[in-house]
Amino acid sequence: MNHSSDHPLFHVNRRQLLKGIGAGGLSLLGSTALSQLLAAETNPAAAFPNFAAKAKRVIYLFQEGAPSQLDTFDYKPGLKDFFDKDLPESVRGQQRLTGMTSGQTRLPVAPSIFKFEQHANRQDGLWVSELMQHTGQMAGEICMVKSMTTEQINHGPGITFMQTGNQIPGRPSMGAWMSYGLGSENQNLPTFVVMISQGRGQMQALFSHLWGAGFLPGEHQGVQFRAAADPVLFLNDPKGMLRSDRRKMLDMLGEMNRREAERSADPQVLARIAQYEMAYRMQASVPELTDLRGERESTLALYGPDVKKPGTYAYNCLMARRMAERGVRFIQLYHRGWDHHGSVVKDLPLQCQDVDQAQAGLLQDLRQRGLLDDTLVVWGGEFGRTVYCQGNLTPTQYGRDHHPRCFSMWLAGGGIQKGISYGATDDFSYNVIADPTTVHDLHATMLHCMGIDHTRLTFKSQGLDQKLTGVEPAKVIKEILA
Amino acid sequence: MKFRILIAAGGALLGIEATKAEAPQFNRDVRPILSDKCFYCHGFDPNHRKADFRLDTPEGAQCLTDSKKAGIKPGSAVDSEAWRRILSDDPEEVMPPPESHKTLSAAEKEVLRQWIDAGAPYEKHWSFVPPQRPAVPPSGEANPIDAFLAARLKREGLERSPEAGKETLLRRVTLDLTGLPPSVEEMDAFIADRAAGAYERVVDRLLDSPRYGEKMASQWLDLARYGDTNGYLHDILRTGWPWRDWVIRAFNEDMPFDRFVIEQIAGDLLPNATPEQVLATAFCRNHLITAEGGTIAEEYLNEYAADRVQTVGTAFMGLTMNCCRCHDHKFDPLKQDDFYSLKAYFNSTTEKHVENNSSAAYAPFIEIASPLVPQGPKAQVMVMQEAAAAVPAFVLTRGQYDQPDKSRPVTRRPPEVLGAPLPDAPANRLGLAQWLVSERNPLLARVTVNRLWQQFFSTGIVKSADDFGLQGEYPVHPELLDWLAIEFREGSGDAKPWSTRHLVRQIVTSASYRQSSRLRPEVTAKDPDNRLLAFFPRRRLAAEEVRDQALFAAGLMSGELGGAPVFPYQPPGLWEERSNGGSNTKVYVQSKGQALYRRSLYTFWKRTSPPPFMTIFDAPERTSCSVRRQATNTPLQALAAFNDEQILECSRQLAATILSDPRPSPERLALLYRRVTGRSGAAQDLKTLEEGLNLLVERFRSTPADAAELLKQGAAPVDPALNPSELAAWMLVASTVFNLDQTLVRD
Repeated sequence: MNHSSDHPLFHVNRRQLLKGIGAGGLSLLGSTALSQLLAAETNPAAAFPNFAAKAKRVIYLFQEGAPSQLDTFDYKPGLKDFFDKDLPESVRGQQRLTGMTSGQTRLPVAPSIFKFEQHANRQDGLWVSELMQHTGQMAGEICMVKSMTTEQINHGPGITFMQTGNQIPGRPSMGAWMSYGLGSENQNLPTFVVMISQGRGQMQALFSHLWGAGFLPGEHQGVQFRAAADPVLFLNDPKGMLRSDRRKMLDMLGEMNRREAERSADPQVLARIAQYEMAYRMQASVPELTDLRGERESTLALYGPDVKKPGTYAYNCLMARRMAERGVRFIQLYHRGWDHHGSVVKDLPLQCQDVDQAQAGLLQDLRQRGLLDDTLVVWGGEFGRTVYCQGNLTPTQYGRDHHPRCFSMWLAGGGIQKGISYGATDDFSYNVIADPTTVHDLHATMLHCMGIDHTRLTFKSQGLDQKLTGVEPAKVIKEILA
Repeated sequence: MKFRILIAAGGALLGIEATKAEAPQFNRDVRPILSDKCFYCHGFDPNHRKADFRLDTPEGAQCLTDSKKAGIKPGSAVDSEAWRRILSDDPEEVMPPPESHKTLSAAEKEVLRQWIDAGAPYEKHWSFVPPQRPAVPPSGEANPIDAFLAARLKREGLERSPEAGKETLLRRVTLDLTGLPPSVEEMDAFIADRAAGAYERVVDRLLDSPRYGEKMASQWLDLARYGDTNGYLHDILRTGWPWRDWVIRAFNEDMPFDRFVIEQIAGDLLPNATPEQVLATAFCRNHLITAEGGTIAEEYLNEYAADRVQTVGTAFMGLTMNCCRCHDHKFDPLKQDDFYSLKAYFNSTTEKHVENNSSAAYAPFIEIASPLVPQGPKAQVMVMQEAAAAVPAFVLTRGQYDQPDKSRPVTRRPPEVLGAPLPDAPANRLGLAQWLVSERNPLLARVTVNRLWQQFFSTGIVKSADDFGLQGEYPVHPELLDWLAIEFREGSGDAKPWSTRHLVRQIVTSASYRQSSRLRPEVTAKDPDNRLLAFFPRRRLAAEEVRDQALFAAGLMSGELGGAPVFPYQPPGLWEERSNGGSNTKVYVQSKGQALYRRSLYTFWKRTSPPPFMTIFDAPERTSCSVRRQATNTPLQALAAFNDEQILECSRQLAATILSDPRPSPERLALLYRRVTGRSGAAQDLKTLEEGLNLLVERFRSTPADAAELLKQGAAPVDPALNPSELAAWMLVASTVFNLDQTLVRD
């Protein structure tokens, strides 16, 4: 309810206003209001980056439901000998189990049924499951982090923790933090965009607070682009209305609002004019963004056969590249359906098929356009899965429960070393034995790539200088930086 | 000598020149600096304290430091080690240290120097000192609010603005008290009423309207984190709406606020509790609830109790209790023990953790009809019920549910810094509630009147409405805040104690509330945030108001009070694309008939996918207690207000109503504009509309197919006798008016 000039929100409006004035052909109401508008400039974006940024934008390929690291990127050939043997107590330790397997009488080891292949990278090669062979072929670009750990064992808190740095819903999402810190590079598209694709397995709920602004000014919240005729809610004018009708309405609005600005002397009225003009530009820029007619067939082929179907992961990967080209700061994908409690053998191949070629294609496409150098790509879920079987174990059937102690994620592009692995787990992919990497470490590292010192990106709320990386110490993982 | 008062307010500094020389006051001037810049390492929390030096107590500050000098030597900055370190240019020595990323400005240093030289006197934190009724500054003002504000303005060499025009005033007070604009008839009547007391009569009429309770309740729902689903993974349907209606009725009946608090926290424990008093305790169970398979009972029951502590802390004490879930508070004298001592009031209920259960309510619940619709259907509402024996409570190490520190048992008590429990009260939630509303709690009345102030003046007297602790803002009008708090708690004259209606009336009848909102450059130069209120603050309408105003102006709004939530227009697919397979709220089925036109507080609130129009206009998601909404200004709001089916339907219906009026077009345009904005339009504005209308009429006459298409919005029938081309043109004019700044803003 604050119209005063200290509202942080206002600052971006002010910048947009100045641009909007150029584009919309508005006349200024008076030098007093304008100077008031400019005088209050204290946008945090002025304070960032803290140092040279290697990446200008992020594409976060979130795999929601928790992919099995054992069947994708964490190769444990020795497990063959442990088929159906009990997980040694010494490995399990005091680990808490979810209610889904805590009642099982046995915790039998289920080795991965899938073949692994070694792909060349800058070290001694990266072992990748046959289910992710396209991704494996990009091993030379990827930094595989095998030593991720989290504190959460359930989906809701796990996803929320990964996205906001806190398991309790309501904190700002990482994309909102980056929007707040770095601002926008495109005045015609949102700074933080979210796209969702449906998977094959059991679906977890996705909460809009995952891309919310929390206590940050609301304009930093992610804007969901939907797989619908209206990619942005309320974007399309009603049927029967022409673009010229909308322009006419905006001209009437502009005229009357400028008079209101004079009557009230409130610069917020000018900001509103600017926002309406931005909305008008978005009505053109979003359809341009989603118009794929200019894409070459050879490019589309990189992403696989689903690329033209809105709502698929492949389509969203292509859209991610198009947004990266247009300067969207934070591009957040959610791919659902990785929660394979029941049948990894049956469900995981289909799930991987939906993502593997598409994400490898995205990396290739970014690379060939020179975009990978300053785009940080991140892939992973909210936790890992257990080496022991949930439910019945046979040579051709197993399921896996939630596992917070270790999981694999990969990063590529701006600021990240190419072709390396980082961290290691024990022979059961149960505990991290080298270079444990917390969720806050990951966040600190991502911010670092964007030129942000994670201890300085703060916002005062509830009496505290809140930050994405929380109160416990977090570290930038220097070893994986380029 | 001139002295610059610095008030740390959410990171922004409000600088106001005081006109007379005065030494810095600890609470107002010094503590905000120490709290923001020093206490993180030199405060209450021993685990974080550096060099064993603390600045939060005089004893600690005056201790000899490693250098054998006193940290702070009262009366002599130059002999104080702290002052030497503040001035140091050695990065190893300077305070605050570079790695803290905190620096002291020259003005802040000067405040500290003057304070030390004046003897470094400490004061107890202002909000922990019980309020006393301050003397009203002598003036000719009839309303004490005006006397306090005018005295402060006078000190700054400023004056209040003249009274706003009648149109502005009526729209302002009607929106603020009912969330709806005035009707044209109400406007005519007010303008025609030239007798003394016309405005006060309007205020009384509005306070008596059932719409008042709806408006007050819609804000309480944010604070009480009310939703119609459980949140978390499955986001199961719940049926807590009879509680929402209990709140509406409580405000409409002006239930004394102390009773309002007691019943919501502990209605079930009152002697001979009525079903409605039990219903009130749904407040304590509005939190999120999970039924995800595999979740651990202890973890979530712990989470729910912690949420109650956080909510009670923010709502009734203005304290950020959540900070001391894992450790002692870094800034406030709140200890981890305090959190768990409060939590002990809320952890002994008969609730059970359930898995894979999609009931509408988890026990304990009552089956009850809405208090507003007693003959209507009954619903199961989750409420509080005390377990037979209190569950022993311990401090949880680092807040981990599975790590109770058995060496640190806690007993039920309020935070230590606020004093002991009431001697004669039971050691349960009822005792806590009685303590909260007692004079021993210095915070309840202050925190509550501050939120009410914020409702009308957009910013609280304490801007950080959720934080009255040391990191919160010092009140910009401390005497006024305490006067309001005592007036609220004790009443005066005919006014009963704890009468929300009395306090609201006191505020909206003040000259400060009634003044013009035109910004004044000479004021903003001195007081950029208008905290001194030399003019009235404009505000963008709340989400509910934007929608309800359109429904009202179009003549579509249903006046039905209370009942089960409704499902108005919403873009297709939103629930489906976010819901879990196990959810019973994954398919959105739109309401029919009048339910499409209910006021927005009755719209079904699915927590994982709240109504998009509401969140685009800054409604919180209702996952946790929220006492202050932002008012952002984004392009998504423009798209929503242009293209939401509901607003388009309102535009068409308003156009149809206007076209049925026999007046000539220019007068009809004036009527349309007035119905929406409450104003007689300026000639230029009406001319802009008329020119636009003429072009649009021409355009749709030549393309009637477009007109026919455009008119297909919403379910309300359209008078077939109306010319479609003309109606389409008028519809777009109405839509334009719905999007004007003067429509979206209450001035």
